[in-house]
Amino acid sequence: MKRAFPILAVLTAALLAYGTYQALVVAPTERTMGDVQRIFYYHVPSAWTAFCLFFVNLVASIAYLIRKNPKADALAVSSAEVGVVFCTVVLITGPIWARPVWGIWWTWDVRLTSTLVLWLIYVSYLVLRRFSDSAQTPVLAAVLAIFGALDVPLVYFSIWFFRTQHPQPVIGGGGSLDPRMLHIFLLNLFTFSCFGAMVCWWRYRLEWLQREVDEAQALESLMGEDGPGVSARAGAPLGKISASKISGKPGPQ
Amino acid sequence: MSSLRSITFATLTKDIRLEWRSKDALNSMLFFSLLVVVIFSFSFDPNAEESREIAGGLIWVAFLFSAVVALNQTWARELRNQVLDAYRVSPAPAAALFLAKALGNFVLVSLLEALMVPLFVVFYNLRALGPAWQLIPVALLGTWALVVNGTFFAAMSIRTRSREIMLPLLLFPISIPAVQAMVEATRILLAGDGSARFWIVLLLTYDVVFTTACLALFETILQAE
Amino acid sequence: MNSIKFLWAAYIATWLIHGLYLGSIARRYKRLRQQMKDLNGK
Repeated sequence: MKRAFPILAVLTAALLAYGTYQALVVAPTERTMGDVQRIFYYHVPSAWTAFCLFFVNLVASIAYLIRKNPKADALAVSSAEVGVVFCTVVLITGPIWARPVWGIWWTWDVRLTSTLVLWLIYVSYLVLRRFSDSAQTPVLAAVLAIFGALDVPLVYFSIWFFRTQHPQPVIGGGGSLDPRMLHIFLLNLFTFSCFGAMVCWWRYRLEWLQREVDEAQALESLMGEDGPGVSARAGAPLGKISASKISGKPGPQ
Repeated sequence: MSSLRSITFATLTKDIRLEWRSKDALNSMLFFSLLVVVIFSFSFDPNAEESREIAGGLIWVAFLFSAVVALNQTWARELRNQVLDAYRVSPAPAAALFLAKALGNFVLVSLLEALMVPLFVVFYNLRALGPAWQLIPVALLGTWALVVNGTFFAAMSIRTRSREIMLPLLLFPISIPAVQAMVEATRILLAGDGSARFWIVLLLTYDVVFTTACLALFETILQAE
Repeated sequence: MNSIKFLWAAYIATWLIHGLYLGSIARRYKRLRQQMKDLNGK
């Protein structure tokens, strides 16, 4: 599994480059909006990727609450963080697209506003994780993730109804796509999904490594205080992980 | 489930009694609410026609800030006296404790609102052009929406750094649909501009969803601290 | 055409954000690997 990562990373990068080339050069120019419309090819896929990642976070959070599996928690953190990054991109490319097309930076349309609220919820999730020192932070964060998920449909409905009362331009446009555009759009959709998955995977490995380092450090301070002879298993909440595994040397199991 | 009811009631009356004995906190909160109304009145000229349009929004934003001030100290007493540890080991259902706390906060925040509303009406010359009685369910449902989640997040924030800022940080994003509903409903009812039914139903849905979630997950939070 | 500037701005902003984030992961990874090596070496 670990060896697959660099290969897949290179593949994803290549796909990204190809997708971008298609979006910027090959795709036909849109009639009404002009070239600016090309932002669509990464604004929408980024949103899609962010939502998928937030969904992964929800599933991982629930899994953690049920089974208390630390891997689920590591996945929850990773997907939340990477999701926020992609969501930030959506919130920045949205206004950059809106300005030349509609003359305004922001429109409180359903999708963009819902994305903003989702971004706020997940930033608060990350803040909670950062500011909470207790060993039960994962549980608190998982509960917050569930609350956030419960909130999302309510957010969407309330903004949707508000918009029907006070209509404004919609970013992202509606309507059907020229089939050539559709192809390139789907390609970029797939590409960004892969990109999101790869970054999440990398972040997950970082998180896991961080925990192993923390554990090894804790072990060391334990052994340093009590001298040699203390069982290496003492205070090892992650169980099977041992420091020697990182360096690949066979260690005491 | 009479045990749930009796425990909730007992805890609630204890809290109200304690709160009443130490009127300082209550008085400073009341004064804070008054200050908020006055500052808003200075910032948003009450005579301008536009201000009456946004009075609904102003009222609820003012409530929101006062509620946060009140909610921030909601678990302080429990924390000081290690009461939470006692609750953790007692056989009483955690939901009862939560419900009592939330109800107590609801009473407190409603008291603050009862002070602020007449002031707003006076300063902004408010008149309800729509069915004014509908403002009551809006106020009740809206206040409960803020209080139920606020009490829950306050419990979650207990062992975090910067506890006081953590509560609004967690509460505000999640409360956005509820706040939008409250503000829109109030605006509609004050301006007589259509039906507030959708927003009242949304508030009701929000309250049901989150009250259930809070009651279901409070045990988890309590054990986690 | 003026709107092309916005296209490039969006493009640059996107990859700047991603680049910064990936860079921060890479940096933390390197630091952790170093820490692990130190801990093993002791």
